Formats: sequence, C-alpha cells, structure tokens
Amino acid sequence: REREGARDITNMSQQAANGVPCRGKVLTLDNMNPNVRRVEYAVRGAIVQRAGQIEKELKEGVKKPFTEVIKANIGDAHAMGQKPISFLRQVLALCSYPELLEDNKFPEDAKHRARRILEACGGHSIGAYSASQGIECVRQDVARYIEKRDGGIPSNPDNIYLSTGASDAIVTMLKLLVCGEGRDRTGVMISIPQYPLYSAALADLGAVQISYYLDEDKCWSLDVAELKRAVDAARQHCNPRVLCIINPGNPTGQVQSRQCIEDVIRFAKEEHLFLMADEVYQDNVYAEGCKFHSFKKVLFEMGPAYSSTVEMASFHSTSKCYMGECGFRGGYMEVINMDPEVKAQLTKLVSVRLCPPVPGQALLDLVVNPPQPDEPSYNTFMKERTAVLAALAEKARLTEQIFNEVPGVTCNPVQGAMYTFPRIALPQKAIDKAKEEGQVPDMFYCMRLLEEEGICLVPGSGFGQREGTFHFRMTILPPTEKLKIVLQKISDFHVRFTQEFS
Amino acid sequence: SLCTAEALKATQLKMSENGVLSRAKVLTIDTMNPTVKKVEYAVRGPIVLRAVELERELSEGMKKPFSEVIKANIGDAHAMGQQPITFFRQVLALCSYPELLNDSTFPEDAKSRARRILQSCGGNSMGSYTASQGIDSVRQDVARYIERRDGGVPCDPDDIYLTTGASDGIVTMLKLLVCGEGATRTGVMISIPQYPLYSAALAELGAVQINYYLNEEKCWSMDISELQRALDEARRHCNPRALCVINPGNPTGQVQSRQCIEDVIRFAANERLLLMADEVYQDNVYAEGCQFHSFKKVLFEMGPEYSDTVELVSFHSTSKCYMGECGFRGGYMEIINMDDEVKAQLTKLVSVRLCPPVPGQALMDLVVNPPQPGEPSHDNFIKERTATLSALAEKAKLTEQVLNTIQGISCNPVQGAMYSFPRITIPEKAIQEAMDKGQEPDMFYCMKMLEETGICLVPGSGFGQTDGTYHFRMTILPPTDKLTILLNKVKEFHQKFTQQYS
Repeated sequence: REREGARDITNMSQQAANGVPCRGKVLTLDNMNPNVRRVEYAVRGAIVQRAGQIEKELKEGVKKPFTEVIKANIGDAHAMGQKPISFLRQVLALCSYPELLEDNKFPEDAKHRARRILEACGGHSIGAYSASQGIECVRQDVARYIEKRDGGIPSNPDNIYLSTGASDAIVTMLKLLVCGEGRDRTGVMISIPQYPLYSAALADLGAVQISYYLDEDKCWSLDVAELKRAVDAARQHCNPRVLCIINPGNPTGQVQSRQCIEDVIRFAKEEHLFLMADEVYQDNVYAEGCKFHSFKKVLFEMGPAYSSTVEMASFHSTSKCYMGECGFRGGYMEVINMDPEVKAQLTKLVSVRLCPPVPGQALLDLVVNPPQPDEPSYNTFMKERTAVLAALAEKARLTEQIFNEVPGVTCNPVQGAMYTFPRIALPQKAIDKAKEEGQVPDMFYCMRLLEEEGICLVPGSGFGQREGTFHFRMTILPPTEKLKIVLQKISDFHVRFTQEFS
Repeated sequence: SLCTAEALKATQLKMSENGVLSRAKVLTIDTMNPTVKKVEYAVRGPIVLRAVELERELSEGMKKPFSEVIKANIGDAHAMGQQPITFFRQVLALCSYPELLNDSTFPEDAKSRARRILQSCGGNSMGSYTASQGIDSVRQDVARYIERRDGGVPCDPDDIYLTTGASDGIVTMLKLLVCGEGATRTGVMISIPQYPLYSAALAELGAVQINYYLNEEKCWSMDISELQRALDEARRHCNPRALCVINPGNPTGQVQSRQCIEDVIRFAANERLLLMADEVYQDNVYAEGCQFHSFKKVLFEMGPEYSDTVELVSFHSTSKCYMGECGFRGGYMEIINMDDEVKAQLTKLVSVRLCPPVPGQALMDLVVNPPQPGEPSHDNFIKERTATLSALAEKAKLTEQVLNTIQGISCNPVQGAMYSFPRITIPEKAIQEAMDKGQEPDMFYCMKMLEETGICLVPGSGFGQTDGTYHFRMTILPPTDKLTILLNKVKEFHQKFTQQYS
C-alpha cells in the first residue's frame, strides 16, 4: 500500500518535475487489483501468445521450418476438425430462424425440439432473457438426464443451474465459498496437476489453494492418504472447506475407480468439506476396465448417512464429450444438500448477470435429450456420436503408444478426457539454460518445440507437477493422420533436444 | 465472525429436534462469502420472485383480479413481443447449420456474412473457442463501426474486447480497478438512480460506491457541482478512481447534452478518474432536440490534451437498441488510453474464461456491419429497424403523456433507453404501513400493484433515489395497445391506492 501511495505521488509529481503536465495513468500495474495480477492461465498463456505471433508471421510470408502452427494446447475439438453433430445444429438453426420450421429439409424430431425450446422462451424467441437459473424445461430435461444416467436416483430440477460453460458455475461456487481472513481464510483443495481455471479463480478470489498430488506412478490415481496429508498441513495456515476433483481428469485423463470416489466422499464428510466434482469429460472414457462413475450416484449408493449430508456440486458442459461445442458456452451444475438460505443467495447472485446464453441452453437441452431410438434422426446421431468417440479412443491409444516408444518420455495411459500429460526427462544442461533465460525448464522445452516444429503444447508447469519433474499437455484432438505426424515430430524433437543438451 | 475456525467448530455440532447430534453444513449463511450477501439486484429481485409465483398460481387455475402477469420490470424486448431483425437471424441460422448455404431461400448478403464469420472460426465452426478478446474480424468490424459513428475518429481493433453482454465487460473493468484497504479502498462514482448491476458489482467486489445524484427537476441531467460534492465527500473515506456514466440513462432515460459530456470528461481529467461510459442504449433516442454523443467522440473533439490522456472505457451490447437480442449475450468494450501493462493484465484475465459466446460475437458482427444500400436485404432491414425504433419513440411519448395525467405521479420525458422512472406520491399512512411491514414504501406500493393488477414493476428503491422520494421503473416495451391498457391500469391503481391510504 505504501508503494502504491508512493507511486501515485510520483505520478503526480511528474507534472512538477519537468513543468509540463504529464501525469501518470489513473490505472497502473501498481494500483490495479493485486489479485488479478496473481492470476495465470497457462492454456492461453505465454506460449500461445507466441504461437499466435508465429501464425501472423507465416501469413506475412516469413519463412519457417513448418507451414502451419498446430494448436495442440487447448481442448477445442472443432478447431481441430471434429464435426458438429448434425441434429444439434439443425435444431439450433430452427431456433435461430423459426421460418425454417416450414422447411421440409428438416426432420420432424428436430422441429419438435425447436418448437418446445421456443415455446419456453419469452416471446418465443431465443433473443429473450431466460430465467436466471436457466430455462425451466431445460432444467427439467437436465434433471431427467441425470436420473437416467444415475440409474434412477432422483434429481430435482430446482437444484440445476444452467451456466455459461462449466467455468462460470465453478467460479460462482468458489466465490460463494470464500470467506475469512488470515488463518481463517477459506482453503480449497485441488489436484496437482489441475486445470488452471481453478488456480486462476482461487488467485482472483484471494482464497488459499491447497494442492494434493495425484500419483503419477499409479496412473494419476487419487490417494486418500495424500488428501489427508494436504488437508492436515493446510489447517495450520488456513480454513480448508472445499475439495475439488476433476473426473475424468484434466490434464491427466485418469478415470477414477468407484472405490476411489467412495473414499473421496467419505474423506469429504469426515473432514467437513464441500465437494466440487468437475465431470465435463464424463462421456470421454476410453480405456478398457475404466468407467465413469458420477459422484452423485456413488454418494447416493453410500446411503443416507452420506447422501443426505454431504454438500456437493457437480459440473457438466457442452464443450467436451462428443459435442465439442466450446463456442456456445453451455453448461450446468447440480447442487446437492445445499443449505436453503445459501441456495437463495446463489439464485440471487446469478440473477445479476441475467442469464446464460440462450443458444448454449438450447444446445444443452439437446445434449440431455438427444434423438431416441424411434425418432428419425436417431441413426445418424448415433453414427456421428460413435464415430467421434471411437476416433478419440483410437487417438488416445495411439498417443500413449507412440510416446512410450521415445526414450525420456513416459506416458500414462490416456484413460479419458482429451489430453496426454507425459513426463519428459530434461538434461541438466537444458535445465540450466532455461534458468539462464529466466524460464521454467518445461516452458523452455515447449518454446523450442514451437519455434522448430510449429507445434504448440502447454508446459506442465502451467498445471502443476511434483518438484523436479517436467511434463507437457498435448491434446489428442487432431485428425488421426495429422496426429501421427505431430506425435512423430515431437518424438524426433525430443531426441534432438536431448542430444543437443547432453 | 462465524468464519473463524473456532466458531465453525462450535457450530459444527448441533442438536436436531429428535435429540440426534448432527453437524451443521459446511456452507451456511454465516460461513459464506459476506460480500455476496450484500449484493442486491432489484430488476430480478423479490418483486419478480412474487410475480413468478403469481404466474404459477394463474397457470394452476387460481382466481386472480387479472388474467396475466405483465413483466414490465426488465428491458427484454422480445419477451414483450418485439420481433427479431430477419437478416440477423438468417445469418445466425446459416452459421449454425452451414448446409443452409446451399439453400436458395437465403439472400446472398446473408450468406456472404455467414461465410466470412465461419471462415474466421476454428475449423469453420461456431462451436470452436475463439480468441479470448473475440474474433479478430469481428473486432475489426466493430472498430470500423465506431469510426463511422464517430465521424472518422480512429479506432484500433486491438482496443476492442468482445464480451458476454455489456455486464461482463463492466464487471471485468471494475474488478481490475479495485484495490486498497480502509481509507485507500477504491471508490467508484455512479449515478443515483443507477442500473443496479453497478451497485451489485461494487458490493461483491467490496469497493466503495460513491453516489452522485441526477437532477430530477432538470430532466435527470448531470450536474458537475454535484459530482464535485460527491467526490470531495468520498475522498475523506476512500480512494475515488472511477466515474461511471450511463448514457442514455437507465432507469431515467435521459440523453445527456454534448456540453454535459464535455464537462464530465473535463471533470474526470481534472480529478484523475477513469471514465466508464455505458452506452448500450445508443440507438434508443426519441426526444426532439436530443442526440446521442459518444463519449469517445467528444473526448477526441476536445483535443489531445484530453484525448491523449483521459482513460475511458465505453460499453455496448446486442441486448437493446433495435436488436433486443438479450439472450445472445453479445457485447463489447472499447478501451482508450489504457496503460499497456494493465491492458496485458486485462487480456490475461479474460483468457481464463476462454471466450465470449460465439453466437453473440456473430450477432455483434451483424449489428456493426448491417446490410448496406445496394445489398438485397437492405430495404427490409431498414424497414424493420425503423419500425422498431419508431414504435419505441411512440411508446415513450405515450408513457410520459399518460403518466403525467395521474395526480400524484410525475414523469420526466422519456428521452431515450427503454424505461420510464416516474415519481410517485405515497400517502403518509401507506408509508407507515410499509415501515411496519419492514418494506420500502415503493416496494409496498409495487407489491400491491402486482397483487391487484398483475403488473410487475421495479420499485425506485432498487435503483436509488433522493431520500424521501419514491419512484418505480416500468419498461415501455409492451406492444402499444397493451401498453395503453397497462398505463390505464397503473392510473386506476394509483388513484385507488391514494384513496385507500388518504
């Protein structure tokens, strides 16, 4: 604060110093929100900015060792060539321009869904604000979807909040939870490695991040003993109140076992923690023997001692799975066992931003209420969906296989999600060189890869990793043939790099 | 505070009614974020919750003194029957389902815009994430729009940030600004009355709200001496750093004169305040002699002493004007003279939420790049646009006229925007009864109106008003004949209410 005050005085006295009115700015790095300065988001950080620069240079005709930049940094399926699901887009077109309801090119089931959505909108237009919690019939459909998914366990539409992507709901929940000062400041447990929305949100909110390490040697599984270690250590300096878990995992792709999920729920109850289950990759499960178990389902199967007490929020999105509709910013959260007074506060809070984007709400409705076996669009829908998921499974397998053939690269099975997070051995000389350049070693490595091959990955330091280990996150999204080339180039680069710094 | 660890432990065990020891919840009203509790948003507040209840009761067949609830609380044009602009929806349909590009029922100019938008999307799909600042070509179009609007004053696309509605941009800027503690805590000036997004955001961020009163006797105009008064007083207890102006105004509808805007800019420059100009109603100007003057244009016309130095952010949206596309959550902000390092922080901050909804970005592109003379859709576009704006102008006049025939109601001219904010005289007996009930007198009044007529308005207390005065905000959006009925019901109610409490 003193520095801020001093800087302000300096700014003002610049005027006096040379006699010319040249005042410093009102808003500077020193007097802006200090929490915002602490925010980092590696998925679109420094390396991606450089990738964008290089793309510009390529367009301007600058010669490079490659002809295109491959953005394998972000889980954006369509950008990598994945096709949207026809049915979803047909309904969205019908909702956007209802005159098309007269067009016989569109199947009846698409028209039927469009009409239903429009009827639920003010003035029958997707341009109207919706209820702040989201269109009621969409929330009802979401609740039914959850019930079907979870083998009949009831879901109350009133516990569903539609959101602007899952990120929105995650940030909203964290915001609700954060309070206290100093030693009582709210602590939030999150995995290392994690999807850096969490660390960014915690920095922004000034909450305490409590890191728990996933076990790389056991396929990134979660260990309750490690959770216990982390929470006990944290109690010395903050007030742990939340446990966040991403399943299937990002960046690691691990799909937690049912037993593990039970253990986590038990731990949350014993330690009196609010559970946040990020399940946006719930359809992206590839490995044999792996299965998605929803936290809610397991919670209820553990009986009323748990299911009527553990406070939980689970999150889903239209950005991943087989839809890949990132740009629509569709999502929801389901809140379980939330205190009614807090829920009223949540409802009030989301009302300030009016409502989530209606096209995203419409899209979500279709995701939870897709064509059924007796409907005209069913066959095509199933074909498209299966093709996308099968391609992802194939690419997951291929990625693991090829990376594990490279000396110095160890890749856990990509059990689910959309990424690989292999561990890379970096020669000491490279680590030293990186330090000289003021860079974290895996950023140094990734920057080199970008400059030499035009492949943009995200260094493991952006997600968190055990001290002294290095990783990168790469998406498995490029089309199979392109992916093979990318994998080969990275493999060759790794060998070259290791050689250069040996 | 119940956020301390000891207090939490004490509340963790509580005796339930049947004598069973049970734990209090992790997240309660006492252990949640305290600033969230201070947030209020009257536009969707208690009166609207009651209105929704009434709608439910009506749909369940309950008898009421009215057959429908009229939601004149929110600036949602489509919900009130306004039609979307055909061209926009055609392009959006084409973007959603590009197969329609082969459909001869769509005009060429719509197809051309759709193709251009799709080409700037990853994988040519609206489902891809975009650059976090927004699609490049859209930002360029926005910049060109601003240049045309402002008579050639240059606009750099790099200063444009697309946002999820204007609300998103406003909250982001406020977040950047807030710092300090106690007497150095950031203070933000906002009008009384104001659109309660501002008070809500300031409450949530824990910033200090500095109220400056608009002059009701002078058609809600701004008065520099009042700004000075507010600022000087605020300097004693906080660090004022920003000045927010809504022009055309919400809830008041006033359109500030050019002189006034110059004076405000000069004031901001002298007092070293960052200027936030909320201009979402820039096309909604009705009164003769009134014209929209953009803050940026006036700033640049004041010469380099101001245009090189004053930090200004202006906001626009796809929700108002003639489009009324609230549900798409489209918007942008233009940043003038921002410190480069702060701008980099802003760019980083918006990256955490990935990108604004792409349908909203596409829509914004069409708003700033509408059909030109010579293009097939031009005539129809102008026809629809003109019809909407002239209907609004007509309704603005009608509203002022009818409300002013009511004894005890006085309504300033609705110069612009979408609302009337008339002053109402509430009899002493009614004020007393309200206070006995713990209600603001104008909430008491509006609740009664809702229960007796089904008309949902927002009490002036939700926006702020001079002590001892009462108002309500009503939209001018219902179709003219419905509006006429509405205004007459308001008249009847007011007369009855006044009589009842005389």
